[in-house]
Amino acid sequence: MAIILDHVNYVYGADTPLAVKALDDVCLQIPDGQFVGLIGHTGSGKSTLVQHLNGLLKTTSGHIYLDGEDISDRDYDRKKLRSRVGLVFQYPEHQLFEIDVFHDVCFGPKNLGLDKKEVQLRAFDALRRVGFPMELYDQSPFEISGGQKRRAAIAGVLAMKPEVLVLDEPTAGLDPQGRDEILHQIKELQESTGMTIILVSHSMEDVAEYVDRIIVMNQGRVMYDAVPKEVFSHYRELEEVGLAAPQVTYILHELRERGFDVDVTATTIEEAAETVARALGMSGK
Amino acid sequence: MGIIETKDLVYEYIRRDEEGNVEGITKAVDQVDLDIAPGEFIAILGHNGSGKSTLAKHLNAILTPTEGTVWVDGMDTAQEEKVWDIRREAGMVFQNPDNQIIGQVVEEDVGFGPENMGVPTREIWERVEESLKAVGMYKFRRHSPNKLSGGQKQRVSIAGVLAMHPKCIILDEPTAMLDPQGRREVVRAVRALNQVEEITVILITHYMEEIIYADRVYVMDRGKVAMEGTPREIFSQVEALKELRLDVPQATLLSYELQKRGVRLPDGILTKEELADALVALGPGS
Repeated sequence: MAIILDHVNYVYGADTPLAVKALDDVCLQIPDGQFVGLIGHTGSGKSTLVQHLNGLLKTTSGHIYLDGEDISDRDYDRKKLRSRVGLVFQYPEHQLFEIDVFHDVCFGPKNLGLDKKEVQLRAFDALRRVGFPMELYDQSPFEISGGQKRRAAIAGVLAMKPEVLVLDEPTAGLDPQGRDEILHQIKELQESTGMTIILVSHSMEDVAEYVDRIIVMNQGRVMYDAVPKEVFSHYRELEEVGLAAPQVTYILHELRERGFDVDVTATTIEEAAETVARALGMSGK
Repeated sequence: MGIIETKDLVYEYIRRDEEGNVEGITKAVDQVDLDIAPGEFIAILGHNGSGKSTLAKHLNAILTPTEGTVWVDGMDTAQEEKVWDIRREAGMVFQNPDNQIIGQVVEEDVGFGPENMGVPTREIWERVEESLKAVGMYKFRRHSPNKLSGGQKQRVSIAGVLAMHPKCIILDEPTAMLDPQGRREVVRAVRALNQVEEITVILITHYMEEIIYADRVYVMDRGKVAMEGTPREIFSQVEALKELRLDVPQATLLSYELQKRGVRLPDGILTKEELADALVALGPGS
């Protein structure tokens, strides 16, 4: 589902002395099926931005269009909006509550008023897509590991069959392998369903590895909006606003300064190894 | 004797079903022996569920052993009357800064610990000042903690522990919820405490880059210590770490990938500078 933000402004506490401008003239266009990374330091406006996408917040001024329809229109169906744009909050496992995992995943689609069979089919499908092990379906969601809880919570949103999936720091607090597994599954989900995915993250390495495009927010504005290579070439500016480039970027710049002819725009380990090998006169693999 | 020592430490959780009947027993910590010298910077790694947080909670008597013994500065944590002394010696900082800050004003929050210990008022203020200076938060002393960034809040939490004059600080994933800037600030503050104030630091983290400055690393798996050594020794074992669901710093991983492509680099490279040095040493075209 294509998303268009047209001169969106949002002010917290408008008309009070404490008014804070959280979004400042944000214009964005996200085509169908893109995997977008949204980065920015704490307080940069990225959470405010994603909360607009499913109508949790309403713009102070400006418009948001989903598939050409203005979501702030009075007769826009908000309930439908929430099932079309799925939001997975930070630490989503804190929202698990049912007696077992399967029931928990059923909760969302059940509330959409679907019949029982469809609800269960969706729950099965969602749990399968996030790689949740079948033998744990009837476990209490409080007695499974952190990584599995995270999967169950993501499945709960997927079962609503959203067209856009927004994930706010889906890997926070997970161990490195758990981190890789979850991101890998999200990537697969995007490739197999063509779902639009917006990944809010603090980990530049994760973003560099998986997304097609990065949007950098700073002080409520879009600071950069480009492919990862392009964005991370501004690594000094990123540092000034509390962010960073992936560590390989720094490694490659260090090597360049020491006289190695490496391509500093490589953002993943694989690409970096290629360019360093080439600089050493070894032809890749 | 070390500042912290554990001998044959075992901790068991009893799992119960809905009626409260015992379903089984999980050994979260299984025969762990630690010996940590004063002033050391120790890192504990391990995947989710490996037992590292359970272990950490033993180090200031939040949990006490099912079997075995834990000594903090020579005090056995199983002795209930020592609990307050132990917690004064070994302070703990947790993952979520919002769960640890209680004061309306930064300096009040930092003063809460020493106030509860019955420290005279004038000394409380001295301690608050020096603690906030140590973590670089002094200029925010009159701010409301609500308005601070995650990294700043976490540094206030650390100052709160510091004001109790502990010999040892245990940090359980203090940077998990922070952005890169916040992470840098906290890691810098922690290193300063260790190097300038000579406080023993035990850092639990999932970020491999944060522990390359540690003196020693313990890697936990299924409640046991699976690996122990200097960061260099630990990170030379890329494959073994991957099996334990862990990672290595990116400079180490890049070196490993280059080794696989036939570049003759030494094992255990940790930083970008070391990698550059090693490549320069190989000479051009090698």
